[in-house]
Amino acid sequence: MSDQVTLTINETKVTVPATFTVLEAARAAGIHIPTLCFLKDINEVGACRVCLVEVEGARNLVASCVQPVHDGMKVKTHTQKVREARRSTVSLILSTHDQDCLSCARNQNCELQTLAADLGIRETSYENGNDKKAVDDSSWSVLRDPNKCILCGRCVSVCKNVQGIGILDFVNRGHNTTVEPAFGLGLKDVPCISCGQCVVNCPVAALKEKDNIDEVWAAIEDKEKHVIFQTAPAVRAALGEEFGFAMGTPVTGKMAAAIKRLGADKVYDTNFTADVTIMEEGYELLNRINNAGVLPMITSCSPGWVSYCEYFYPELLPNLSSCKSPQQMLGALAKSYYAKEKGLDPKNIYVVSVMPCVAKKSEAKREELLEDVDVVITTRELARMIKSAGIQFDQLQDEDFDADLLGETTGAAVIFGITGGVMEAAVRTVADVLEGKDLDLLEFTALRGVDGIKEASVEVAGNTYNLAVAHGTANAKKLMEMIQNKEKDYHFIEIMGCSGGCVNGGGQPYVPAFDKLGVDVRSQRAKALYTEDESAPLRKSHQNPQVKKLYDDFLGEPNSHLAHELLHTHYHQRQKFNLGE
Amino acid sequence: MSKVCTEENFQELQQAIATHAGKKGSLMPILNDCQRIYGCVPKKIQLYLSEKLGIPFAEIYGVVTFYSQFSIEPKGDYVIGVCLGTACYVKEAQKILDEVKAKIPDLEVGKTSADGKFTLEATRCIGACGLAPVMTINEDTYGNLTKSQVEAIIKKY
Repeated sequence: MSDQVTLTINETKVTVPATFTVLEAARAAGIHIPTLCFLKDINEVGACRVCLVEVEGARNLVASCVQPVHDGMKVKTHTQKVREARRSTVSLILSTHDQDCLSCARNQNCELQTLAADLGIRETSYENGNDKKAVDDSSWSVLRDPNKCILCGRCVSVCKNVQGIGILDFVNRGHNTTVEPAFGLGLKDVPCISCGQCVVNCPVAALKEKDNIDEVWAAIEDKEKHVIFQTAPAVRAALGEEFGFAMGTPVTGKMAAAIKRLGADKVYDTNFTADVTIMEEGYELLNRINNAGVLPMITSCSPGWVSYCEYFYPELLPNLSSCKSPQQMLGALAKSYYAKEKGLDPKNIYVVSVMPCVAKKSEAKREELLEDVDVVITTRELARMIKSAGIQFDQLQDEDFDADLLGETTGAAVIFGITGGVMEAAVRTVADVLEGKDLDLLEFTALRGVDGIKEASVEVAGNTYNLAVAHGTANAKKLMEMIQNKEKDYHFIEIMGCSGGCVNGGGQPYVPAFDKLGVDVRSQRAKALYTEDESAPLRKSHQNPQVKKLYDDFLGEPNSHLAHELLHTHYHQRQKFNLGE
Repeated sequence: MSKVCTEENFQELQQAIATHAGKKGSLMPILNDCQRIYGCVPKKIQLYLSEKLGIPFAEIYGVVTFYSQFSIEPKGDYVIGVCLGTACYVKEAQKILDEVKAKIPDLEVGKTSADGKFTLEATRCIGACGLAPVMTINEDTYGNLTKSQVEAIIKKY
């Protein structure tokens, strides 16, 4: 069989790989077939019947998302018959959907709304006869509103297959079907790691982040409060998408300028504490290696991953680095070091984290970490704040972050937002420390890219160190099993809860499923951060002059007593299900 | 109900798991056995199966709530099914159903009586339209029913 086939779509001959579906072939021919339940590589089930097309010789309309192409196939994508079938399907979906669109969190970026508009649905054909169902607001991160759910199953697939957890599933049958956790338990009573992958993949507002914008505005209005914003590296790689910039355009300068206009007293880059993390984590690793400590050491920056480990691999908690994540470190340093240097009362310092992540909202509410960060908002929430403040984001001149005390950053820090980035940054520093000199910069191509599990070995000072990187918790699970089966001796492992790392986090801008067909969101956004690393004057964390000053003036040395008090934490096994009995 | 959580039942469940686990599509036969052994698939057993089989709790709950042969609460010793399919319905099966509820204290559709004796179900068509209206009690079938016959039938159990 040839690798290529030629088919006719709407009178146009198209030659595509034989592995393509009709949907992919149409896209290649520049034809947009509407979809709803389809999510490339994640949910390809042909359930919603929105992508129906006419195929010559077929008895019925076929779902183009799962229909393979074949040679000589004749497809019609937008005939009267097809359009009517799609319209009646979507009209029926709308009949069970809570249509308060104007006040909905997904207003103007809802895939169902776009679909209804594209299909020319101008009237409600069927009344919504459903009773209002209870909204689950038990989680700090994710809000589940079953009244909006259209049963597409995208959340079910991503949670079960990409994250390997399976919190949500279809329950009951027929008209009574819902998507929810077992026994309708709240998200806080099940082992939900709050990664928010269900949120970014929901086409409507059935799953969304907990909105904390009002708390931020209140702090800004409060004259007593000294409001410090911090932005995680991945935010700059995606925020522009909310304002019409192409995916992968870094908008660091505009972001800093916009946050200053919102009324922040200071805007710092979480990159500063990413550099501090490398110091603390790097020395922790050396200490474990030199003193027969627990190995492999596993990174602890990703709160989705930390929760996963606490729920599913409690026996490996001693392997987790005791380092707090960079957002918590920045909060802790703002209320100690910064407060002291500036003569401020820590009680009046209010730290706002802007994160690509919804799990960070839950992290900041951990009992051990409660003091550090006051509120966490996502990239999407920041965009909403900028819009509601009337700031013309695309017109802004680039500005710098505040430069004092917590202001200097390196290229090593900015790649924290990508899978493999924390590891790469750590190796740049640890290798220099072990060799005792400024080595040529190591760029770890083996640790870059979107393969689920990546491995590398590095020779430093006559020893070989085995490294591994996993992203998405289903891959983390595989790696944990490899460790438990002692298949390989690793020294250091990086895990990020979301596939691709933070650039593809649960708090990042929505990308319609059809757009994801043509671009790997993870790689595209990663480019923005690699570019920023390459152009950074300093690319190794330990060379950050303000990090050096932090240790000289305040902390003493990495892993000092004070560093432990402020920058390290602990973990505990968590009960997976709370059945309330 | 006392018959639910005995050591003997648990051993039998272990057997069922040992027979089916590891094979593709093992969940359904295990759940069928569980329903037979316990008379239901209780919440704690679903959680146990989730851990044991490595299948998400929500998926198991989804399967149990999808198929009508499974129940979460224990069923009574006698399961009364009153057919409300089209043929039975037009032959006034609703009145039969109401009569069953009237004769057994506190019995509701989908529930089990307080003494654990009867469970009442309103079924879809059971394919005995010629006998409409039809009621089944476990394996027994009663056709061409009238409201006045109901009490005597129930008394037989």
